[in-house]
Amino acid sequence: MEEVIAIAIGVLAASGVWLILRPRTFQVIMGLCLLSYGVNLFIFSMGSLFIGKEPIIKDGVPQDLLHYTDPLPQALVLTAIVISFAMTALFLVVLLASRGLTGTDHVDGREPKE
Amino acid sequence: MSLIVLLLLPFVGSCLAAVLPHNARNSESLLAGLIALIGTVSVAMLYPQIANGGVIREEFSWLPSLGLNLVLRMDGFAWLFSLLVLGIGTLVSLYARYYMSPNDPVPRFFAFFLAFMGAMLGLVISGNLIQMVFFWELTSLFSFLLIGYWHHRADARRGAYMALMVTGAGGLCLLAGVLLLGHVVGSYDLDKVLAAGDLIRAHALYPILLPLILIGALTKSAQFPFHFWLPHAMAAPTPVSAYLHSATMVKAGVFLLARLWPSLAGSEEWFWIVGGAGACTLMLGAYTAMFQNDLKGLLAYSTISHLGLITLLLGLNSPLAAVAAVFHILNHATFKASLFMAAGIIDHESGTRDIRRLSGLFRLIPFTATLAMVASASMAGVPLLNGFLSKEMFFAETVFISSTAWVEAGLPVIATIAGTFSVAYALRFTVDVFFGPTATDLPHTPHEPPRWMRAPVELLVLTCLVVGIFPAQAVGPLLAAAALPVVGGTLPEYSLAIWHGWNAPIIMSLIATSGGILVYLLLRKQLKGGRFPHPPFVYRLNGKRLFEQSQILMLRLARRLEHRISTRRLQVQLFMLVLVALLAGLIPMIHHGLSWGDRPKIAGSGVFVILWLIAIACALGAAWQAKYHRLAALTMVSVCGLMTCITFVWFSAPDLALTQLVVEVVTTVLILLGLRWLPRRIEDVSPLPGSIGRARVRRVRDLLLSVLVGGGMAALSYAMLTRPTPNDISSFYLSRALPEGGGSNAVNVMLVDFRGFDTLGEITVLVAVALAVFALLRRFRPPRESIQLPAQQRLLAPDVVTDLVNPRSASDTALGFMMVPAVLVRLLLPVALVISMYLFMRGHNQPGGGFVAGLVMSVAFILQYMVAGTQWVEAQMSLRPLRWMGTGLFCATLTGVGALAFGYPFLTTHTAHLHLPLLGDFHIASALFFDIGVFTVVVGSTLLILTALAHQSVRSHRPGSLPKPIASSGGVA
Repeated sequence: MEEVIAIAIGVLAASGVWLILRPRTFQVIMGLCLLSYGVNLFIFSMGSLFIGKEPIIKDGVPQDLLHYTDPLPQALVLTAIVISFAMTALFLVVLLASRGLTGTDHVDGREPKE
Repeated sequence: MSLIVLLLLPFVGSCLAAVLPHNARNSESLLAGLIALIGTVSVAMLYPQIANGGVIREEFSWLPSLGLNLVLRMDGFAWLFSLLVLGIGTLVSLYARYYMSPNDPVPRFFAFFLAFMGAMLGLVISGNLIQMVFFWELTSLFSFLLIGYWHHRADARRGAYMALMVTGAGGLCLLAGVLLLGHVVGSYDLDKVLAAGDLIRAHALYPILLPLILIGALTKSAQFPFHFWLPHAMAAPTPVSAYLHSATMVKAGVFLLARLWPSLAGSEEWFWIVGGAGACTLMLGAYTAMFQNDLKGLLAYSTISHLGLITLLLGLNSPLAAVAAVFHILNHATFKASLFMAAGIIDHESGTRDIRRLSGLFRLIPFTATLAMVASASMAGVPLLNGFLSKEMFFAETVFISSTAWVEAGLPVIATIAGTFSVAYALRFTVDVFFGPTATDLPHTPHEPPRWMRAPVELLVLTCLVVGIFPAQAVGPLLAAAALPVVGGTLPEYSLAIWHGWNAPIIMSLIATSGGILVYLLLRKQLKGGRFPHPPFVYRLNGKRLFEQSQILMLRLARRLEHRISTRRLQVQLFMLVLVALLAGLIPMIHHGLSWGDRPKIAGSGVFVILWLIAIACALGAAWQAKYHRLAALTMVSVCGLMTCITFVWFSAPDLALTQLVVEVVTTVLILLGLRWLPRRIEDVSPLPGSIGRARVRRVRDLLLSVLVGGGMAALSYAMLTRPTPNDISSFYLSRALPEGGGSNAVNVMLVDFRGFDTLGEITVLVAVALAVFALLRRFRPPRESIQLPAQQRLLAPDVVTDLVNPRSASDTALGFMMVPAVLVRLLLPVALVISMYLFMRGHNQPGGGFVAGLVMSVAFILQYMVAGTQWVEAQMSLRPLRWMGTGLFCATLTGVGALAFGYPFLTTHTAHLHLPLLGDFHIASALFFDIGVFTVVVGSTLLILTALAHQSVRSHRPGSLPKPIASSGGVA
């Protein structure tokens, strides 16, 4: 399972990086989405991955990391999810505005000369 | 009054002045005048404490570990300067009441004026060098704002800019010099620096720090070669000139020279730099002043010249000269302020400041004319006036200096010539303007100004007379108190008398006076006739042109540098960014290697692997197809999002999964809304030859980078997953969640309690983003080609009547074409709201919480928008996203501040345990209210973002606003 997670993170990050280096704004937005999935999973996997050990305190279970999964990366990722949503929204609107003003969807606001 | 109150008073007044009504000249002037007057009186009352070398010191701890404390320190010299700053400030406030016209926005004027006064006061009573530089820069900034007060005038803007550039650059040099000085002494405390004179002068860094500090002082005091900014600063309103160029701004430079005199003066370098700059400025200023045709221009160059005189005195390395310098600072402030005000009155009353046009004003404004003549006599150094006394002291110093032979011989000559020039320009100021035939072609006929406009001038001229006639009684003790700290503790012998017998200075004075009258008579006719548009010989030394050329050169260099090392192309920037990130990860990996651990692995699951295989394929597919097939790419990206969500569920993170799921929905809706406005992708562009190769290289390069980044991330995460986890902090959260946070869902407790501050920041970001989106879209102009009707509708013949064309405005069947889904979705609304509430309420103990609940609620509303249409929804419901956002942020912040009221740190949670009949025990944590804030903000900002985008399509479909189809694009929209 660790291998699957690691490969998944790698593929998401690689596709994301490839896309954000592309010249069209839509590609960059998609790339940012993929990159943020990868990074969120990466942060999430920093805590130990467990099955069936939700960090929800139950009576009579000792409160340590042997019985619950790590809540810290989860709290961080929760924040990150919302922030990346905000970022996607802002970028989308910026690209629309730039498209409206410049008439092109190239990231530099103009078509390359070559 | 304590010094800190004294210092804060003008700044508080400045804030008050800024909010008064636009035309409140009386109350503004009263406010500024009162503040300055209170300051003056309280400073004057401090005299007994500083009279015999006493020092008032107040210290406030700020960053003690760095040696940075707020130190206010007032000795005799600072006392004299504070008195000047506040006293002349009082008079200028009164004067400005009458000078400013009813159309001028006076709140701005008085707010800047008071702030400048505060900055100047802070400069003179600073007991710490860094703090002094801070106030120094503040005076530069506020003088910039004051000089550029009439910002509709190009000369005001240019003058203000030039003053800021020159004095600001000088300020930076000063900062560097002061840092070195602090390094040499080991402390920035003024007392320590003043006591360490010998150490500083002997130090190896002295030849470096001295020029730096001197550049600061000389630029501020408009000394040669930096003098050119001062005449251009005359574009300021006259009260500003009277204040800045008599008692404050330009005096700051000589203040600094005198302030640091005990620690820096006494060396050869000091003598040559300070004395040399002073002598050049003295001559150049006085010479140029003679040829000015503008009253204020004449006064400006005269100011430059007198500042040169003070600088020269300070540069002579003699204690007696330093005393003379302090005395001249005082005298110059009084006569120059009154002269500027008199010039302002003449300008105000006659409508011009041109000396060639003004003539015979004595008959029209005899009283003002008398005042101006007395003040300019003082400027010229006529006996029985204060200017005479300090000029005599200056002449005496030049005679008795002991230096190299040619300095000993040359300096008295320079002094006498400068005295001659100053008599000549003083005559121009008086005889040309007030005598001769009465001018007839003036814009207005001059009258005596209002009584109170003249009062400040009267008071200042009276001071000139009193000091000039009874010097020992009027300023003797005061001057002693002020000069004592400057010369470092022991005052030299001097006498403040009008008559010292027939000695060299009085003979020099006689020569200068008669020479001045002669020069004036020789030049009079030519000047009146306009023979000298520029002062002969020196106008080639045009500092302004030099300044502008250096500006252009600097800009050009900067542009070239930017062109060389930077790019505006996003792709290159992102490439570099990712590359640096990769290297930052790669270098330690190469150094220390990366090895796998042996943590027990999680049991594998075939389903999970297959699901991820699909998601990986989708990620690659999205990367492949995002250019041409946007909808497909969006779908594939969503699959990855969904798989991320499943992973969260799989590995015990229900909160994350819930949030990810709803965010996924909202993001997809958002991007779908945006897709409509993107241009069509034309697949078969025939590329230019040569560009294919370059594109291929770029692609291979990008591919390599992304594979490396992906591989690195995979390796890192695999290493982390197989090694034993360091679990030192997380148990803390787990064990404290229930007893201290009052909730059993550790993640939610962390969000709203332990890391509440983080969350507060996050929702603030969300609000900021929503507002930014809203603002951007308000000005959004959709590209023409996207506004057209869909192709199916455009292809219809014009005479076909169908409700497909514009269903929104059609009157019959088309109204109902979405009725069934709309009704279903309407039924869904209350259900969704209940679910949202449910998720919210259980959030503290079970998966859920404010974020998820807020997102679910906004999705419920968005569904209505999508199915029933924007107009219908907004006619039925009034959703005010901005209000939701405001309320939420307010609620969350208030919860945090509530803890402060009970004496706990910001955002501390309190849990109340209640017992309600029927319902049983209840735990209510104050974090609940915080979560309500989060919920409300999320609903508001998500709604705002989505509806702002949705409104774009309504806009472009508004009847009548449809643009004609563009003929060239006949394809499918």
